[in-house]
Amino acid sequence: MSQLRDAKPISQDLADVFRGDAEAGYSLKDPNSGKGISVTSIPAFVAGEELAALADDDHRIVVLTADLAFANRTMDFAARHPDRFFNVGVAEQNMISIAAGLASAGMLPFAATFASYVALTGCEQIRTDLAYTGMPVRLLGHHSGMSLGFYGTSHHALEDIAMMRAIADLTVVCAADSNQLRAILRASLDHPGAMYIRLGRGRDPEVYSEVPADFEIGRATRLRDGDAATIITTGSELWACLGQRNASPPTTSRSASSTCTRSARSIPRKCSTPVGTPLSSSPSKSTTAAGVSAPPSPRPSWTTARTHGSIASPSPTSTSSSDHPLRCMRTTGSMPMAWSSHCVSCSDHEQELR
Amino acid sequence: MESARRTERSPELLAMLADRAKFSRLETVRLAKIAGAGHYTGAFSAAELFAVLYYERLRLDPSRPDWPDRDRFVLSKGHAAIGLYSLLADRGFFDAALLDSYTRFGSPFGDHPDMKKVVGIDFSSGSLGHGLSIAVGMALAARIQDRSYRTYCMCGDGELGEGQIWEAAMSAGHFHLGNLIRIIDRNQLSIDGPTEELMGMEPLHDRFMAFGWQVQRIDGHDIEAILDALDAAEADDPAKPQMVIADTVKGRGVQRMELDVGWHVGKLVGADHDDVVAELQAGLRPVRNTAPIPAETA
Repeated sequence: MSQLRDAKPISQDLADVFRGDAEAGYSLKDPNSGKGISVTSIPAFVAGEELAALADDDHRIVVLTADLAFANRTMDFAARHPDRFFNVGVAEQNMISIAAGLASAGMLPFAATFASYVALTGCEQIRTDLAYTGMPVRLLGHHSGMSLGFYGTSHHALEDIAMMRAIADLTVVCAADSNQLRAILRASLDHPGAMYIRLGRGRDPEVYSEVPADFEIGRATRLRDGDAATIITTGSELWACLGQRNASPPTTSRSASSTCTRSARSIPRKCSTPVGTPLSSSPSKSTTAAGVSAPPSPRPSWTTARTHGSIASPSPTSTSSSDHPLRCMRTTGSMPMAWSSHCVSCSDHEQELR
Repeated sequence: MESARRTERSPELLAMLADRAKFSRLETVRLAKIAGAGHYTGAFSAAELFAVLYYERLRLDPSRPDWPDRDRFVLSKGHAAIGLYSLLADRGFFDAALLDSYTRFGSPFGDHPDMKKVVGIDFSSGSLGHGLSIAVGMALAARIQDRSYRTYCMCGDGELGEGQIWEAAMSAGHFHLGNLIRIIDRNQLSIDGPTEELMGMEPLHDRFMAFGWQVQRIDGHDIEAILDALDAAEADDPAKPQMVIADTVKGRGVQRMELDVGWHVGKLVGADHDDVVAELQAGLRPVRNTAPIPAETA
């Protein structure tokens, strides 16, 4: 690859950003408007690097991808452990079932590709070959939600959480940022059964300044205290819910993050929450102090907080009031995860607005 | 890899293997009677292949079903499990009396095999097209762990319609998996009719050669031919996955079922059941129905 890189024309710099190869300090921002990509790589895709380090001691670890070794930076693993890295080409179903065979023989496979092609293309293989058989395979579904933007609906994964949640004995985990991803990967080494680990687009802002020491699969973490509202969220939505892009984030709400959903079998499934109300269809978005865009009022389906399980009960809310610091509630309880796909589209829309 | 071997073809061995194939067919009839229906014909076509694998070929230790160095067997055509369960019990993986519960509520034995419930099953199957990919993973694991076990995978022919089969075939060739041996039970029929009428798949030899496999084609009911082919598969180019296309007859052993598309799943009752048992106990007779597979293109 390096010889190709040496010969590339300057116009290929965008490809380097996509591939995570761009040199440090590079920016694709328009010098006049200041708009554009403000990062030079995909720093949140640390799985390749983290797994390479873990694999030095854990000889079970093997990594697979389906023609996206650069886009998801599993190349960082391949460089250090080439004998335990397999790129199967554009063959996601084959990748998932190969991982099952590897796991049955004592390996611990991590298989990574776009979320839409892991969860949607490979759904039946995940159910039959990984979950029902209890194979310890970790699927990394990256570029989830609408984070692939203009690449179109074929590349969006809005249904993945709902589909994966419906499969018994499959653990679903959503990483908020690179540090939490590292924690997830470390915790996954001894987690029983198969896992679907959902990632953003690799440029997810940092929420945790370091790898969270208290991370535990299946347990929520309270990140902020307040008395106005409770926000329960997961994955890339967390950054937006914390209001990180505002200088003075709200202090009157409390926020809890749960990274994980447990196996569908163990969760009471009574999600009566109406779904299918795409936030991004809202014609008149307003941004609250929390940095979360609100749907046009009235839309009660978005304003009812629901929780299950061990997550703290949310305050009763009525977000039609314009003076409420949080006009848009997202809950994932523990978890009616069908909502989370909308959460992702929400945060993606926020990124688009930037 | 072990060095190539030439299996001793003693009359006793050949007779024993033929007897175990007969046993598989008789047990298939018995278990289907317990269940009230069964996949008779797809199990009958594989009976000699099962017998050779489980009584001569596979490196197994029934007292250690999780032995890391055991040979692996993936039954990708999971509906033939009814012909395999009794051989696993006979080899000592579990008490044969457990089979009396076949398909009953709570039984470990369903129509398709579950690795979490049946000792000796290396991987669950039933959803066609997955098994070869899983076998590729097992073969890769042997390479990573520097183990000498071989991975055997038996696919059906109707199953070749699944796209994933060809993804897996491509990857086995690409990864040079000489420790992977795949057997196709080419029994000529799938559920709706002859495979060549439903969705033509010949010339299989040429197609899989082009995917990087070493391919042999044999009579899948000829025990000596099976032994020869598996010997050759172990001896052949270690950089290529090995394929044995076993031309078989769906329903082999019961003339009324042979190449009769109506018997993919069936139920024998009354005198029919007794006649079939008597026919199987008498041993194989020449095939009555013939539906020749189109000749390979050169």
